[in-house]
Amino acid sequence: MAILIDKDTKVLVQGITGHQGKFHSKAMIDLGTKVVAGVTPGKGGERVNGVRVFDDVKTAVEKTGANASVVFVPALMTRDSVIEAIDAGIKLITIITEHVPFQDMLKINEYAKLKDVKIIGPNCPGLAAPGIGKLGIIPNTILKKGVVGVISRSGTLTYEIVNVITETGLGESTVLGIGGDKVPGLNFIDVLKLFNEDKQTRGIVIVGEIGGNEEEKAADFIRKNVKKPVFAFIDGVYAPPGKRMGHAGAIISGKTGTAKSKLAAFKKANVPVAKTFDELSSLMVKKLG
Amino acid sequence: MVDLLEFEGKKLFKSYGIEIPSGKLIHSTSDLNDFKEEQVIKAQVPTGHRGVNGGVVKFKNKEEFILAFNKISLLKFNGFKPTAFLVEKAIKHNKELYVALTLDRNNKSPVLLVSSNGGVDIEKIPKSRIKSIDLDIFMGMQEYIKRQALKFIGLDYKYKEQFYALLDSMWKIFTEKDAELVEINPLAVTDTQLIALDSKISIEDDSLFRHEEYKRDEYSSDELEMKAKKKGISFVRLNGNIGLIANGAGLTLATIDQIKLAGGMAGDFLDLGGTDDPARVAEAIELVKDSNPKVLFINIFGGVTKADTVAEGIVQAINKLNITFKIVVRLKGFNEAKGKELLKKNEIDSFTDMGEAIQEVVKLAKYGNSD
Repeated sequence: MAILIDKDTKVLVQGITGHQGKFHSKAMIDLGTKVVAGVTPGKGGERVNGVRVFDDVKTAVEKTGANASVVFVPALMTRDSVIEAIDAGIKLITIITEHVPFQDMLKINEYAKLKDVKIIGPNCPGLAAPGIGKLGIIPNTILKKGVVGVISRSGTLTYEIVNVITETGLGESTVLGIGGDKVPGLNFIDVLKLFNEDKQTRGIVIVGEIGGNEEEKAADFIRKNVKKPVFAFIDGVYAPPGKRMGHAGAIISGKTGTAKSKLAAFKKANVPVAKTFDELSSLMVKKLG
Repeated sequence: MVDLLEFEGKKLFKSYGIEIPSGKLIHSTSDLNDFKEEQVIKAQVPTGHRGVNGGVVKFKNKEEFILAFNKISLLKFNGFKPTAFLVEKAIKHNKELYVALTLDRNNKSPVLLVSSNGGVDIEKIPKSRIKSIDLDIFMGMQEYIKRQALKFIGLDYKYKEQFYALLDSMWKIFTEKDAELVEINPLAVTDTQLIALDSKISIEDDSLFRHEEYKRDEYSSDELEMKAKKKGISFVRLNGNIGLIANGAGLTLATIDQIKLAGGMAGDFLDLGGTDDPARVAEAIELVKDSNPKVLFINIFGGVTKADTVAEGIVQAINKLNITFKIVVRLKGFNEAKGKELLKKNEIDSFTDMGEAIQEVVKLAKYGNSD
């Protein structure tokens, strides 16, 4: 079993007729994902990669039984699209779009909580469960079904690390990028809980980043609750303070968000932090191989 | 983040019913003719610590004003030269408060911050003297929150209605303008009124599609960073001699770390982001070229940005620009083989493994060749 998705997950792609929507819905299908519908207002009736396009989410859900959605629409339409999906009864929504205003995310998160909906992202690579499928843009070629659960705040760095895991032969149970934004949907702890209970997952890799205090909170949770081996990687250890480098969340201001504080938190939780990919690889093989 | 200048913020305050001192925006000494009362001149710059750096000066008459103006107009604040000055009536007051609305990054919620120790930097106010109350984005400024804030700062009840109205206005600005910060410091308490003596409002970049009026050329004291911003490229100058281009903020940061661990030092952070335009890759190379690196490392894990797109951009740049430094390319991921083939045709070697590529890059940066 993977986390969050299974064989019965039927996926809807919002913004399927756009450049990214077209490209990545094909990759999702190639990986075996059940992509049952697309939505683009005004383009209902078209087909993309053999998938039927609808004008609105409600009709798409009624006709196809879609129960998860991947959002590729531009940032200025994201809030509306996500609320539309929630109102149509979708329970798992992955937002790939970047530059979503944080106040839109505050509203999306509050509403999702109320309606018992899980949000992944925004500004994230989504989720992939090799052998089942994926919601998002994690490249198919690096994935291999296996035993390691991966949680990350980054996109391309996640690919790098998944590639390392695949090369060890251990493979992944599920890979999930929570995104690098100030206000994400699911956070590290939400996902750690799921991995902790997932039978397929024997070990967990957590890819943290400077800025915020998510890693510290995660380390504390691991110390108290997680029985499986956890391995950490921290990004931006040598980034100068005060500069915003790409991710809105990745900024050190004052004493909070430093790599030092994150390293200390993981140390306290007995979680080894790998400095390089090679080190991560040998740590995992030693413990799980 | 777009930081509004003080006078812009105060204009907003006024339109939302928050009291501000009467004043005038001036650009030269001839713009001011009224010297009846004591006034204050304030440099308009998008940066903090203006007061301690001499950017705020009181004056009583024309002579003092001209002296103050001439002095203040020569100053620079964190690299910013003031282009305008706000002249306001000096306000006699008994107390200075701190009030702000911002995002609580840890709890992922809006937060109200109040203190009776206003007039200094929030970082300098002892934690025990600041009250922070998280707000729900939908429920907003509830009565009980205002009550708690009023009680904490110990403000006389005669100001209650004014204070509550002020908090409501600040919440309105925070939500209607997609602000990351709405701060009044100090909020002056006079015998009868609450008056905002300063304003600090930051509008979130990502929300500018619905706040066109705040779109502007971004300021940066670094010329190359300015150039990058204009082109929409995420670029930050660092201190090393290894030029760096990677895709994705996470991978770019990780590359900086790995270069450092291998004994080298990156000269910049440049995140190519997701692109399918080779010209954009060439533009990025041109930008890094202007920072005079000893060697350029291009590290790509193809996904949204395909490896062959990057290869095409590299070839374009080499043909167009006079490049004198070595370029080390690492290509992996989507369309990797296609990209590598294109590079090979143009006699550019490429790596698949990031670690191996970094070893090569650091050697080149140190010795000028890899032998």
